[in-house]
Amino acid sequence: MSTGHNVPEAREECRAPSPDSLLPMPVPVTRVRRETADVATIELTPASAFAFVPGQFNMLYMFGLGEVAISLSGDPAGDHRIVHTVRAVGAVSQAITRLRRNDVIGMRGPYGSCWPVAESEGSDIVIVAGGLGLAPLRPVIYRVLAHRERYGRVAVLYGARGPAEILYRRELEAWRRRLDVDITVTVDHAAADWRGNVGVVPALIPRTPIDPDHVIAMVCGPEIMMRFAIDALQQRGLALDRIFVSMERNMKCAIGLCGHCQFGPTFVCRDGPVFRFDRIAPFFNIREI
Amino acid sequence: MEGLERIVLEQPFFSGLGPEFGAAISGCARNLRFAAGEYLFREGESANEFYLIRHGTVALELHSPGQQPIVVATLRQDDILDGSWLVPPYCWTFDARASELVRVLGVDARCLREKCEADHDLGYELMKRFAGAMGERLRAMRLQVADVYGPQRS
Repeated sequence: MSTGHNVPEAREECRAPSPDSLLPMPVPVTRVRRETADVATIELTPASAFAFVPGQFNMLYMFGLGEVAISLSGDPAGDHRIVHTVRAVGAVSQAITRLRRNDVIGMRGPYGSCWPVAESEGSDIVIVAGGLGLAPLRPVIYRVLAHRERYGRVAVLYGARGPAEILYRRELEAWRRRLDVDITVTVDHAAADWRGNVGVVPALIPRTPIDPDHVIAMVCGPEIMMRFAIDALQQRGLALDRIFVSMERNMKCAIGLCGHCQFGPTFVCRDGPVFRFDRIAPFFNIREI
Repeated sequence: MEGLERIVLEQPFFSGLGPEFGAAISGCARNLRFAAGEYLFREGESANEFYLIRHGTVALELHSPGQQPIVVATLRQDDILDGSWLVPPYCWTFDARASELVRVLGVDARCLREKCEADHDLGYELMKRFAGAMGERLRAMRLQVADVYGPQRS
Protein backbone atom coordinates (compact mmCIF):
# COMPACT_ATOMS: atom_id res chain seq x y z
CA MET A 1 0.00 0.00 0.00
CA SER A 2 1.31 3.47 -0.84
CA THR A 3 -0.12 6.90 -0.39
CA GLY A 4 1.15 8.06 -3.75
CA HIS A 5 2.06 11.27 -1.97
CA ASN A 6 5.75 10.82 -2.49
CA VAL A 7 6.69 10.56 1.15
CA PRO A 8 10.38 11.40 1.07
CA GLU A 9 13.18 9.00 1.71
CA ALA A 10 15.07 10.16 4.75
CA ARG A 11 18.49 10.31 3.20
CA GLU A 12 19.10 13.97 2.47
CA GLU A 13 20.91 14.78 5.68
CA CYS A 14 22.78 11.54 6.07
CA ARG A 15 26.50 11.83 5.72
CA ALA A 16 28.49 9.50 3.56
CA PRO A 17 31.34 7.68 5.28
CA SER A 18 34.68 9.39 4.94
CA PRO A 19 37.44 7.76 2.83
CA ASP A 20 39.21 6.51 5.95
CA SER A 21 36.02 5.11 7.34
CA LEU A 22 37.55 1.74 8.16
CA LEU A 23 40.08 3.27 10.52
CA PRO A 24 38.97 3.32 14.17
CA MET A 25 39.83 6.41 16.15
CA PRO A 26 40.81 6.03 19.82
CA VAL A 27 38.36 7.98 21.95
CA PRO A 28 38.29 8.41 25.73
CA VAL A 29 35.25 7.47 27.76
CA THR A 30 34.19 10.53 29.71
CA ARG A 31 31.09 9.23 31.44
CA VAL A 32 29.30 5.95 32.13
CA ARG A 33 25.74 5.68 33.37
CA ARG A 34 24.13 2.39 34.37
CA GLU A 35 20.65 2.39 32.87
CA THR A 36 19.48 -1.08 33.91
CA ALA A 37 21.12 -4.28 35.12
CA ASP A 38 22.62 -5.05 31.70
CA VAL A 39 22.45 -1.72 29.90
CA ALA A 40 24.88 1.19 30.17
CA THR A 41 25.13 4.55 28.45
CA ILE A 42 28.64 5.69 27.66
CA GLU A 43 29.77 9.14 26.63
CA LEU A 44 32.86 9.51 24.46
CA THR A 45 34.62 12.80 23.89
CA PRO A 46 36.66 12.83 20.69
CA ALA A 47 39.42 15.33 20.10
CA SER A 48 37.70 16.78 17.04
CA ALA A 49 34.12 17.72 16.27
CA PHE A 50 31.65 14.94 15.60
CA ALA A 51 28.31 15.35 13.84
CA PHE A 52 25.58 12.82 13.12
CA VAL A 53 21.93 12.68 12.28
CA PRO A 54 19.29 10.69 14.20
CA GLY A 55 19.24 7.05 13.19
CA GLN A 56 22.92 6.64 12.39
CA PHE A 57 25.35 4.35 14.16
CA ASN A 58 29.03 4.01 15.00
CA MET A 59 31.25 0.98 15.01
CA LEU A 60 32.73 0.62 18.51
CA TYR A 61 35.95 -1.35 18.81
CA MET A 62 37.05 -3.01 22.03
CA PHE A 63 40.71 -3.53 21.40
CA GLY A 64 41.57 -7.18 21.07
CA LEU A 65 37.95 -8.29 21.26
CA GLY A 66 36.15 -6.95 18.24
CA GLU A 67 33.72 -4.41 16.87
CA VAL A 68 29.99 -3.90 17.21
CA ALA A 69 27.55 -1.51 15.56
CA ILE A 70 25.85 0.71 18.13
CA SER A 71 23.25 3.39 17.44
CA LEU A 72 23.95 6.98 18.38
CA SER A 73 21.57 7.89 21.17
CA GLY A 74 22.64 11.39 22.18
CA ASP A 75 21.44 14.84 21.21
CA PRO A 76 22.48 15.65 17.63
CA ALA A 77 22.55 19.33 18.54
CA GLY A 78 24.56 18.78 21.68
CA ASP A 79 28.25 19.39 22.18
CA HIS A 80 30.68 17.04 20.52
CA ARG A 81 30.20 14.24 23.04
CA ILE A 82 29.16 10.95 21.49
CA VAL A 83 26.54 8.97 23.36
CA HIS A 84 25.85 5.26 23.01
CA THR A 85 23.50 3.05 24.99
CA VAL A 86 24.71 -0.53 24.97
CA ARG A 87 23.21 -3.76 26.21
CA ALA A 88 25.52 -6.57 27.25
CA VAL A 89 24.60 -9.44 24.97
CA GLY A 90 27.95 -10.69 23.65
CA ALA A 91 31.62 -10.51 24.53
CA VAL A 92 32.21 -7.09 22.92
CA SER A 93 29.05 -5.39 24.14
CA GLN A 94 29.56 -6.86 27.58
CA ALA A 95 33.07 -5.38 27.67
CA ILE A 96 31.69 -2.00 26.55
CA THR A 97 29.17 -1.94 29.39
CA ARG A 98 32.08 -2.53 31.80
CA LEU A 99 34.05 0.48 30.58
CA ARG A 100 34.95 3.15 33.09
CA ARG A 101 35.72 6.82 32.85
CA ASN A 102 39.08 7.52 31.13
CA ASP A 103 39.16 4.11 29.44
CA VAL A 104 39.78 4.32 25.70
CA ILE A 105 37.69 2.67 23.00
CA GLY A 106 38.01 2.58 19.22
CA MET A 107 35.32 4.26 17.19
CA ARG A 108 34.55 4.83 13.53
CA GLY A 109 31.50 6.41 12.00
CA PRO A 110 28.88 7.69 11.76
CA TYR A 111 27.28 5.36 9.25
CA GLY A 112 23.92 4.64 7.76
CA SER A 113 20.66 6.25 6.88
CA CYS A 114 18.60 8.42 9.17
CA TRP A 115 15.09 8.95 10.47
CA PRO A 116 13.00 11.38 8.39
CA VAL A 117 13.14 14.12 11.00
CA ALA A 118 13.50 17.08 8.65
CA GLU A 119 11.14 15.56 6.10
CA SER A 120 8.45 15.13 8.77
CA GLU A 121 8.19 18.84 9.50
CA GLY A 122 4.55 19.83 9.22
CA SER A 123 3.39 16.29 9.97
CA ASP A 124 2.29 14.54 13.11
CA ILE A 125 4.82 12.07 14.47
CA VAL A 126 4.27 8.83 16.29
CA ILE A 127 7.33 7.11 17.70
CA VAL A 128 6.97 3.47 18.68
CA ALA A 129 9.90 2.06 20.61
CA GLY A 130 10.42 -1.24 22.36
CA GLY A 131 13.20 -2.08 24.81
CA LEU A 132 16.58 -0.81 23.66
CA GLY A 133 14.83 0.48 20.52
CA LEU A 134 14.32 3.75 22.36
CA ALA A 135 18.05 4.48 22.06
CA PRO A 136 18.18 5.09 18.27
CA LEU A 137 14.96 7.11 18.53
CA ARG A 138 16.07 9.36 21.38
CA PRO A 139 17.96 11.71 19.00
CA VAL A 140 14.68 12.11 17.08
CA ILE A 141 12.89 13.09 20.26
CA TYR A 142 15.62 15.61 21.12
CA ARG A 143 15.46 17.14 17.65
CA VAL A 144 11.65 17.27 17.49
CA LEU A 145 11.28 18.75 20.96
CA ALA A 146 13.96 21.34 20.19
CA HIS A 147 11.93 22.47 17.19
CA ARG A 148 8.51 21.60 18.53
CA GLU A 149 6.73 24.32 16.55
CA ARG A 150 7.64 22.63 13.27
CA TYR A 151 5.60 19.51 13.97
CA GLY A 152 1.98 18.65 14.59
CA ARG A 153 0.93 16.21 17.27
CA VAL A 154 3.82 14.18 18.69
CA ALA A 155 3.30 10.87 20.45
CA VAL A 156 5.93 8.57 21.93
CA LEU A 157 4.86 5.03 22.75
CA TYR A 158 7.47 3.09 24.65
CA GLY A 159 7.38 -0.50 25.85
CA ALA A 160 9.82 -2.20 28.19
CA ARG A 161 10.05 -5.65 29.67
CA GLY A 162 9.33 -4.46 33.21
CA PRO A 163 9.57 -1.30 35.33
CA ALA A 164 13.24 -2.00 36.16
CA GLU A 165 14.11 -2.17 32.47
CA ILE A 166 12.75 1.25 31.49
CA LEU A 167 15.47 3.24 29.72
CA TYR A 168 16.07 6.96 30.26
CA ARG A 169 13.50 7.04 33.03
CA ARG A 170 14.31 10.58 34.17
CA GLU A 171 14.04 11.95 30.67
CA LEU A 172 10.79 10.13 30.02
CA GLU A 173 9.39 11.65 33.20
CA ALA A 174 10.59 15.11 32.16
CA TRP A 175 9.12 14.79 28.65
CA ARG A 176 5.89 13.59 30.18
CA ARG A 177 5.59 16.81 32.14
CA ARG A 178 5.52 18.76 28.91
CA LEU A 179 2.08 19.61 27.63
CA ASP A 180 2.96 19.39 23.95
CA VAL A 181 3.97 15.76 23.65
CA ASP A 182 2.13 12.55 24.54
CA ILE A 183 4.41 10.06 26.26
CA THR A 184 2.97 6.65 27.04
CA VAL A 185 5.03 3.98 28.75
CA THR A 186 3.97 0.39 29.12
CA VAL A 187 5.65 -2.74 30.44
CA ASP A 188 5.06 -6.36 29.53
CA HIS A 189 4.90 -7.57 33.13
CA ALA A 190 4.88 -5.89 36.52
CA ALA A 191 4.25 -6.52 40.18
CA ALA A 192 1.05 -5.18 41.68
CA ASP A 193 2.79 -2.08 43.07
CA TRP A 194 3.46 -0.76 39.55
CA ARG A 195 1.00 2.07 38.94
CA GLY A 196 1.64 2.40 35.23
CA ASN A 197 0.33 0.53 32.23
CA VAL A 198 0.85 -3.19 31.65
CA GLY A 199 0.53 -4.47 28.12
CA VAL A 200 2.50 -4.63 24.91
CA VAL A 201 3.45 -1.46 23.09
CA PRO A 202 1.58 -2.24 19.83
CA ALA A 203 -1.63 -2.38 21.89
CA LEU A 204 -1.19 1.35 22.60
CA ILE A 205 -1.51 2.22 18.92
CA PRO A 206 -5.31 1.78 18.63
CA ARG A 207 -5.72 4.24 21.52
CA THR A 208 -3.38 6.89 20.14
CA PRO A 209 -4.96 9.78 18.23
CA ILE A 210 -3.61 9.31 14.69
CA ASP A 211 -4.57 10.98 11.44
CA PRO A 212 -3.23 8.40 8.97
CA ASP A 213 -2.82 10.92 6.16
CA HIS A 214 -0.78 13.38 8.23
CA VAL A 215 1.44 11.24 10.38
CA ILE A 216 4.88 9.72 10.04
CA ALA A 217 5.54 6.67 12.20
CA MET A 218 9.05 5.71 13.33
CA VAL A 219 9.36 2.25 14.80
CA CYS A 220 12.32 0.56 16.48
CA GLY A 221 12.59 -2.51 18.66
CA PRO A 222 12.85 -6.26 18.40
CA GLU A 223 11.65 -7.41 14.99
CA ILE A 224 8.67 -9.33 16.39
CA MET A 225 7.52 -6.22 18.19
CA MET A 226 7.97 -4.16 15.02
CA ARG A 227 5.82 -6.61 13.05
CA PHE A 228 3.00 -6.26 15.57
CA ALA A 229 3.41 -2.48 15.63
CA ILE A 230 3.35 -2.20 11.84
CA ASP A 231 0.19 -4.34 11.73
CA ALA A 232 -1.44 -2.04 14.27
CA LEU A 233 -0.36 1.08 12.33
CA GLN A 234 -1.75 -0.38 9.11
CA GLN A 235 -5.02 -1.11 10.87
CA ARG A 236 -5.13 2.57 11.75
CA GLY A 237 -4.90 3.32 8.03
CA LEU A 238 -1.22 4.26 7.67
CA ALA A 239 0.24 3.60 4.25
CA LEU A 240 3.51 1.71 4.24
CA ASP A 241 5.43 4.73 2.98
CA ARG A 242 4.50 6.62 6.14
CA ILE A 243 6.17 4.01 8.34
CA PHE A 244 9.93 3.96 8.96
CA VAL A 245 11.76 1.19 10.76
CA SER A 246 15.31 0.67 11.99
CA MET A 247 16.63 -2.78 11.17
CA GLU A 248 19.31 -4.73 12.94
CA ARG A 249 21.57 -7.29 11.30
CA ASN A 250 25.10 -8.52 11.87
CA MET A 251 27.07 -5.50 10.68
CA LYS A 252 30.82 -5.90 10.23
CA CYS A 253 32.33 -3.47 7.73
CA ALA A 254 29.57 -0.80 7.97
CA ILE A 255 30.16 0.37 4.41
CA GLY A 256 28.38 -2.27 2.34
CA LEU A 257 31.40 -4.31 1.35
CA CYS A 258 31.47 -7.48 3.40
CA GLY A 259 27.85 -8.57 2.95
CA HIS A 260 27.31 -9.78 6.51
CA CYS A 261 24.27 -7.59 6.96
CA GLN A 262 22.62 -8.36 3.65
CA PHE A 263 18.87 -8.12 3.98
CA GLY A 264 17.22 -9.15 0.72
CA PRO A 265 18.53 -6.79 -1.95
CA THR A 266 19.85 -4.31 0.62
CA PHE A 267 22.72 -4.01 3.05
CA VAL A 268 21.49 -2.80 6.41
CA CYS A 269 24.73 -0.91 7.13
CA ARG A 270 24.76 1.00 3.84
CA ASP A 271 21.09 1.25 2.82
CA GLY A 272 19.78 1.28 6.38
CA PRO A 273 19.54 0.90 9.27
CA VAL A 274 16.51 3.17 8.81
CA PHE A 275 14.25 2.09 5.97
CA ARG A 276 11.00 3.46 4.67
CA PHE A 277 8.90 0.40 5.24
CA ASP A 278 7.42 0.07 1.74
CA ARG A 279 11.00 -0.50 0.49
CA ILE A 280 11.48 -3.63 2.58
CA ALA A 281 7.90 -4.80 3.14
CA PRO A 282 8.09 -7.50 0.41
CA PHE A 283 10.74 -9.40 2.32
CA PHE A 284 10.26 -8.17 5.89
CA ASN A 285 8.27 -11.24 6.93
CA ILE A 286 10.33 -13.81 5.04
CA ARG A 287 11.99 -15.99 7.64
CA GLU A 288 14.74 -17.25 5.33
CA ILE A 289 16.17 -13.76 4.69
CA MET B 1 -34.49 5.91 24.59
CA GLU B 2 -33.93 4.98 28.23
CA GLY B 3 -30.76 6.23 29.93
CA LEU B 4 -29.11 2.84 30.30
CA GLU B 5 -29.95 1.81 26.74
CA ARG B 6 -28.35 5.02 25.50
CA ILE B 7 -25.26 4.35 27.60
CA VAL B 8 -25.03 0.80 26.20
CA LEU B 9 -25.26 1.95 22.59
CA GLU B 10 -22.71 4.71 23.19
CA GLN B 11 -20.04 2.18 24.14
CA PRO B 12 -17.59 1.62 21.26
CA PHE B 13 -17.79 -2.11 21.94
CA PHE B 14 -21.51 -2.06 21.12
CA SER B 15 -21.34 0.53 18.35
CA GLY B 16 -23.53 -0.24 15.36
CA LEU B 17 -25.91 -2.45 17.32
CA GLY B 18 -29.56 -1.87 16.53
CA PRO B 19 -31.88 -0.37 19.17
CA GLU B 20 -33.59 -3.72 19.75
CA PHE B 21 -30.27 -5.26 20.74
CA GLY B 22 -29.48 -2.20 22.82
CA ALA B 23 -32.75 -2.66 24.67
CA ALA B 24 -32.04 -6.37 25.21
CA ILE B 25 -28.58 -5.72 26.66
CA SER B 26 -29.60 -2.76 28.77
CA GLY B 27 -32.40 -4.92 30.24
CA CYS B 28 -29.64 -6.98 31.87
CA ALA B 29 -27.30 -4.06 32.67
CA ARG B 30 -26.55 -1.79 35.58
CA ASN B 31 -24.00 0.87 36.44
CA LEU B 32 -21.39 -0.01 39.05
CA ARG B 33 -18.45 1.72 40.68
CA PHE B 34 -15.43 0.27 42.41
CA ALA B 35 -13.06 2.18 44.67
CA ALA B 36 -9.31 2.05 44.10
CA GLY B 37 -7.97 -1.28 45.35
CA GLU B 38 -11.33 -3.01 45.30
CA TYR B 39 -11.62 -6.25 43.36
CA LEU B 40 -14.22 -6.52 40.61
CA PHE B 41 -13.82 -10.26 40.68
CA ARG B 42 -11.38 -12.94 41.77
CA GLU B 43 -9.93 -15.87 39.89
CA GLY B 44 -12.18 -18.94 40.16
CA GLU B 45 -15.33 -17.01 41.02
CA SER B 46 -18.41 -17.52 38.91
CA ALA B 47 -18.55 -15.12 35.98
CA ASN B 48 -22.10 -14.05 36.71
CA GLU B 49 -21.66 -10.57 35.31
CA PHE B 50 -19.45 -9.11 32.63
CA TYR B 51 -18.05 -5.63 32.72
CA LEU B 52 -17.34 -2.88 30.27
CA ILE B 53 -15.11 -0.14 31.65
CA ARG B 54 -16.57 3.36 31.35
CA HIS B 55 -13.96 5.14 33.44
CA GLY B 56 -10.71 4.29 35.19
CA THR B 57 -8.18 1.48 34.94
CA VAL B 58 -8.32 -2.12 36.05
CA ALA B 59 -5.32 -4.39 36.65
CA LEU B 60 -5.69 -8.04 35.66
CA GLU B 61 -3.61 -9.99 38.15
CA LEU B 62 -2.32 -13.51 38.63
CA HIS B 63 -1.38 -14.44 42.17
CA SER B 64 1.04 -16.98 43.52
CA PRO B 65 1.39 -17.92 47.21
CA GLY B 66 4.07 -15.99 49.02
CA GLN B 67 4.70 -13.64 46.12
CA GLN B 68 3.37 -10.32 44.97
CA PRO B 69 0.64 -10.68 42.35
CA ILE B 70 1.80 -10.24 38.74
CA VAL B 71 -0.10 -7.70 36.68
CA VAL B 72 -0.58 -9.18 33.21
CA ALA B 73 -2.64 -6.38 31.67
CA THR B 74 -4.01 -2.96 32.39
CA LEU B 75 -7.48 -2.41 31.02
CA ARG B 76 -9.05 0.99 30.64
CA GLN B 77 -12.02 2.91 29.33
CA ASP B 78 -13.98 1.09 26.60
CA ASP B 79 -12.27 -2.26 27.33
CA ILE B 80 -14.27 -5.34 28.23
CA LEU B 81 -13.19 -7.49 31.14
CA ASP B 82 -12.60 -10.98 29.76
CA GLY B 83 -15.04 -13.32 28.01
CA SER B 84 -15.31 -15.96 30.73
CA TRP B 85 -19.03 -15.23 31.18
CA LEU B 86 -19.67 -16.45 27.63
CA VAL B 87 -18.34 -19.99 27.69
CA PRO B 88 -18.60 -22.78 30.29
CA PRO B 89 -17.63 -23.22 33.05
CA TYR B 90 -18.30 -19.45 33.41
CA CYS B 91 -15.43 -18.82 35.82
CA TRP B 92 -13.05 -15.85 35.95
CA THR B 93 -9.46 -16.76 35.15
CA PHE B 94 -7.80 -13.65 36.67
CA ASP B 95 -8.21 -11.29 39.56
CA ALA B 96 -9.42 -7.87 38.43
CA ARG B 97 -8.47 -5.00 40.74
CA ALA B 98 -9.49 -1.38 40.35
CA SER B 99 -6.26 0.65 40.10
CA GLU B 100 -8.24 3.83 40.73
CA LEU B 101 -11.90 4.73 40.94
CA VAL B 102 -13.57 2.63 38.26
CA ARG B 103 -17.00 2.95 36.75
CA VAL B 104 -18.28 0.05 34.71
CA LEU B 105 -21.34 -1.13 32.92
CA GLY B 106 -22.15 -4.49 34.51
CA VAL B 107 -24.28 -6.92 32.51
CA ASP B 108 -25.94 -9.91 34.18
CA ALA B 109 -24.35 -12.83 32.37
CA ARG B 110 -27.13 -15.39 32.86
CA CYS B 111 -29.75 -12.89 31.76
CA LEU B 112 -27.79 -12.06 28.61
CA ARG B 113 -26.91 -15.69 27.85
CA GLU B 114 -30.62 -16.57 27.96
CA LYS B 115 -31.41 -13.71 25.59
CA CYS B 116 -28.65 -14.85 23.25
CA GLU B 117 -30.08 -18.40 23.24
CA ALA B 118 -33.51 -17.03 22.48
CA ASP B 119 -32.28 -14.64 19.79
CA HIS B 120 -29.34 -16.04 17.87
CA ASP B 121 -28.94 -12.84 15.88
CA LEU B 122 -28.14 -11.06 19.14
CA GLY B 123 -25.95 -13.97 20.21
CA TYR B 124 -24.02 -13.94 16.92
CA GLU B 125 -23.52 -10.18 17.06
CA LEU B 126 -22.13 -10.40 20.57
CA MET B 127 -20.05 -13.47 19.77
CA LYS B 128 -18.39 -11.65 16.84
CA ARG B 129 -17.52 -8.68 19.03
CA PHE B 130 -16.19 -10.78 21.87
CA ALA B 131 -14.24 -13.03 19.50
CA GLY B 132 -12.60 -9.94 17.97
CA ALA B 133 -11.72 -8.48 21.36
CA MET B 134 -10.44 -11.80 22.69
CA GLY B 135 -8.42 -12.31 19.50
CA GLU B 136 -6.72 -8.95 20.00
CA ARG B 137 -5.98 -9.81 23.59
CA LEU B 138 -4.59 -13.20 22.60
CA ARG B 139 -2.26 -11.58 20.07
CA ALA B 140 -0.99 -9.19 22.70
CA MET B 141 -0.54 -12.04 25.15
CA ARG B 142 1.52 -13.96 22.58
CA LEU B 143 3.86 -11.00 22.25
CA GLN B 144 4.16 -10.83 26.04
CA VAL B 145 4.92 -14.54 26.27
CA ALA B 146 7.57 -14.19 23.54
CA ASP B 147 9.47 -11.96 26.00
CA VAL B 148 11.02 -10.05 23.10
CA TYR B 149 12.98 -7.70 25.36
CA GLY B 150 14.38 -10.54 27.43
CA PRO B 151 17.74 -12.31 27.10
CA GLN B 152 18.50 -13.20 23.51
CA ARG B 153 17.95 -16.83 22.60
CA SER B 154 20.70 -18.52 20.66
